[in-house]
Amino acid sequence: MIALRQALALLRGRLHELGMAWVLLALCVLFSVLTWSEQQPSGAAAADAIAERILAATPHPRVLVAIRDVPDDVALADRLVDRLRSGGATVVAVAKGGPKDARDALGRVAAETPGLDAIAGSAASMAWGVFADVGTDFPALGAPALVRPRSYRWPNFLKAENLLNIANQIAVIAILAVGMTLVILTGGIDLSVGSIIALASVVTAIVIRDRCGGVAAGPGGMVVAGLVGIAVGAACGAVSGGVVVAFGIPPFIATLAMMLVAGGTASLLARGESVYQLPDGFMWLGRGADLVGIPNAVVAMLTLYALAQFTMTRTTFGRWVLAVGGNREAARLSGVPVSATLVAAYVLSGALAALGGVVMASQLKSGSPNFGQMYELFTIAAVVVGGTSLAGGEGSIVGTLVGALVTAVINNGMNLLGIESYTQRVVLGLVILGAVLLDRLRRR
Amino acid sequence: MTAPLLAMDGISKTYPGVQALADVRLDLARGEVLALLGENGAGKSTLMKILGGAVRPDAGRIVIDGVERALRTPPDAIRAGVAVIHQEFNLVPALGAADNLFLGQEIAHGLPGFGIVDRAAQRHRAGAILARLGADFDPDRPCRTLSVAGQQLVEIAKALVSGARILVMDEPSAALSAPEVAALHGVIRDLRRDGTGIVYVTHRLDEIASVCDRVTVLRDGRNAGGTAVAAADRADLIRLMVGRELTEEFPHRDTVPGAARLVVAGLSRGTAVRGVSFTARRGEVLAITGLVGSGRTEVLRLLFGADRRDAGSVHLDGVPVAPRSPAAAIAAGIGLLPEDRKLQGLVLGLSVRENFALPNLARLSHGGVVSRTDERRECGEFIASLRIRTPRQEAAVRGLSGGNQQKVVLAKWLARRCEVLLFDEPTRGVDVGAKVEIYRLINDLAAAGKVVVMVSSDLPEVLGMADRIVVMHDGRITGRIDDVATATQESIMEAAVA
Repeated sequence: MIALRQALALLRGRLHELGMAWVLLALCVLFSVLTWSEQQPSGAAAADAIAERILAATPHPRVLVAIRDVPDDVALADRLVDRLRSGGATVVAVAKGGPKDARDALGRVAAETPGLDAIAGSAASMAWGVFADVGTDFPALGAPALVRPRSYRWPNFLKAENLLNIANQIAVIAILAVGMTLVILTGGIDLSVGSIIALASVVTAIVIRDRCGGVAAGPGGMVVAGLVGIAVGAACGAVSGGVVVAFGIPPFIATLAMMLVAGGTASLLARGESVYQLPDGFMWLGRGADLVGIPNAVVAMLTLYALAQFTMTRTTFGRWVLAVGGNREAARLSGVPVSATLVAAYVLSGALAALGGVVMASQLKSGSPNFGQMYELFTIAAVVVGGTSLAGGEGSIVGTLVGALVTAVINNGMNLLGIESYTQRVVLGLVILGAVLLDRLRRR
Repeated sequence: MTAPLLAMDGISKTYPGVQALADVRLDLARGEVLALLGENGAGKSTLMKILGGAVRPDAGRIVIDGVERALRTPPDAIRAGVAVIHQEFNLVPALGAADNLFLGQEIAHGLPGFGIVDRAAQRHRAGAILARLGADFDPDRPCRTLSVAGQQLVEIAKALVSGARILVMDEPSAALSAPEVAALHGVIRDLRRDGTGIVYVTHRLDEIASVCDRVTVLRDGRNAGGTAVAAADRADLIRLMVGRELTEEFPHRDTVPGAARLVVAGLSRGTAVRGVSFTARRGEVLAITGLVGSGRTEVLRLLFGADRRDAGSVHLDGVPVAPRSPAAAIAAGIGLLPEDRKLQGLVLGLSVRENFALPNLARLSHGGVVSRTDERRECGEFIASLRIRTPRQEAAVRGLSGGNQQKVVLAKWLARRCEVLLFDEPTRGVDVGAKVEIYRLINDLAAAGKVVVMVSSDLPEVLGMADRIVVMHDGRITGRIDDVATATQESIMEAAVA
């Protein structure tokens, strides 16, 4: 009896550690079920399966490919023709356009080289009426099989492109949340991160426009401009942290002031407008995907999380952050450089917020004082949902990543379900409340 | 025979991995003061939390005045006439005594919950109750400005306002000076005359005879025995608590003090510390004692750089050390066991290992990355050598008993190999068994030639442990006892109140 009770208690302990991960999993399952629907493969991805089916039915078949003149279909045809030829098939013709083009092609083939084993194309082109009576209209062709991509059932939510989309959407907030986690762990809060996004995006864009040749800027210039933006964010953090440490001003007030100062400065610098004079190459960070199709912003985010997790669990600095947040006096009496640790947390938060601003500028190919509005609140929500205590001293980087994903998945799932944005906000607010409540109950 | 005021019977409580209480029984008669003894972790706190409604037992009955009661929440307990006074007081610091006394049960006119508080009536009644307890302060004075003893009186008054007939006091004397303890005992004797039953949880064996009628001892979550105070023998009680014979309360130290190592001259800070000078020698334990507020803790904090000093010099082995911060003091080889280990000594949410490593990170890390292997190995060594009772290195230090927490603080500084160790109330809230272990460690440090300065208000401890004693009053040194053999508690008190 006692052993059973102990086992249950142990299980409850594990659940608490993984609590929000379970919620994330449950949300993924929920949205997978709700978005379960018919999937129509298209484009190059659909070609391989079609080619295989044709080649399996007849050795050395003669095939006609018919498609619409749209990029998806063209990609499908290109790939299909390749695969068929390499499999020993003869592609007698590729009909591109509408039903009329297909009829012309069929006529030509029937007249010149009779006999056809298969007609292949996209789901749309295979539905053309002209193919329904090939046997009667063109007896010379025999009875060719109609091969179209096979549809299958799969959740929209779990499609690779949707998952990447979630990761891309969350990248900026997740990057901010790393710094916010540090600050909250020290027992503080940073309300200025949203404004620092705007300031950093504007500064970076202006430096590129005015100093690096604008639309003609090279990679070196853009890197320098990005670093200037990040340095400005770090400086904002240094001021907030310095004021907190030197004058004992509550972090809420110090960073509230910084939020207004940084936001106002961004508007002043940009004269209230967006800065668009950026080269296409600037979008590499926000829109490129160089590593097996994973967006660069997501790679940057995941790298940061790995670094932050290592810092918090393995380094002296990480230990200091936890000690300062857990008991500032005990930390001081143990020789921990309390002031330096606090300032460093705010500097990192400012720098990471600025990095988020550079990523956003890259995603939207502009810098604007309107970027990042309300982001401080979404970021705090992600950190709190991730189980970090606002009182400081308790929490984790991994938890924050899970928290950020939970909020992103909820948003994305509701988008897929066609729920409009006002309702989404209401739901998101309730979910944040529910998530934290759940965590509270589990901790009892 | 009438039913006893309180009868707890067959009380059991299991926490994950720990059987905190097993079939415990406790009786209390009207007008009786029952001393509840036991080492830390023996289950005293859990038992009292159950009585106060803060913890629900797995099994057992609680009968008050012959009626079985289910105390599911603290308000249940208050309605049943039970009041618990914790070591950490439950007072709103900014409110006056009167407002605190009637918090939640205000004397008000109008709708319940929306009425207008009759502050004059509250002040009048509060004044009467406080006067009965011998408190002479203004009932409107904010509680944060009161002394610990004053706040305790407010807590007792609060219990009386709620109509408590069973009063539980958890180590009420721990933070009090000797005259304050005497006054507290007077108040308790008064309450006893009125028929209130009092459970008095304590570690101090010497005060039992002064105020208690009967003793009951818990050990490892079970009843270990009990006796009337008149029949109680100190050695018997210790044996009941520890479960083994303690040969000596203050272990013998066999070192001859050598040359002066730490020389303090003219140390001053405001009115708290005024021109304090003393010398600590190799191989000795120097005790600083005095009443609460006499400046003894402040002296240690100045030596450790925790506060800025106005004047004064400190030399260690002839070399000036003038720490301007704790970090600088630690670098100079000074370690401090602070007065309040929970507020100043430990980060309660962190693990034993993380707390242990905190002042030692520079040594345990390479290029800012902590070596977990070294950290675990060293922490394991100290857990073993100091016999720290913890389930794992990773366990949060919050869950450890007072004695084991204190050992973790000690381990921090031992690992740092400090030359100067400043102990501020090293055994406060520590059970008898762990006390002796801490005394042994202090002796070992002295024998190893370290400088040991110990602040304590526990006079038997001062007399039992120190080679020389410095007595402080009002920021000044008012007495020096170089030959402890000739000193008595009375002679120390005389200097302390001078």
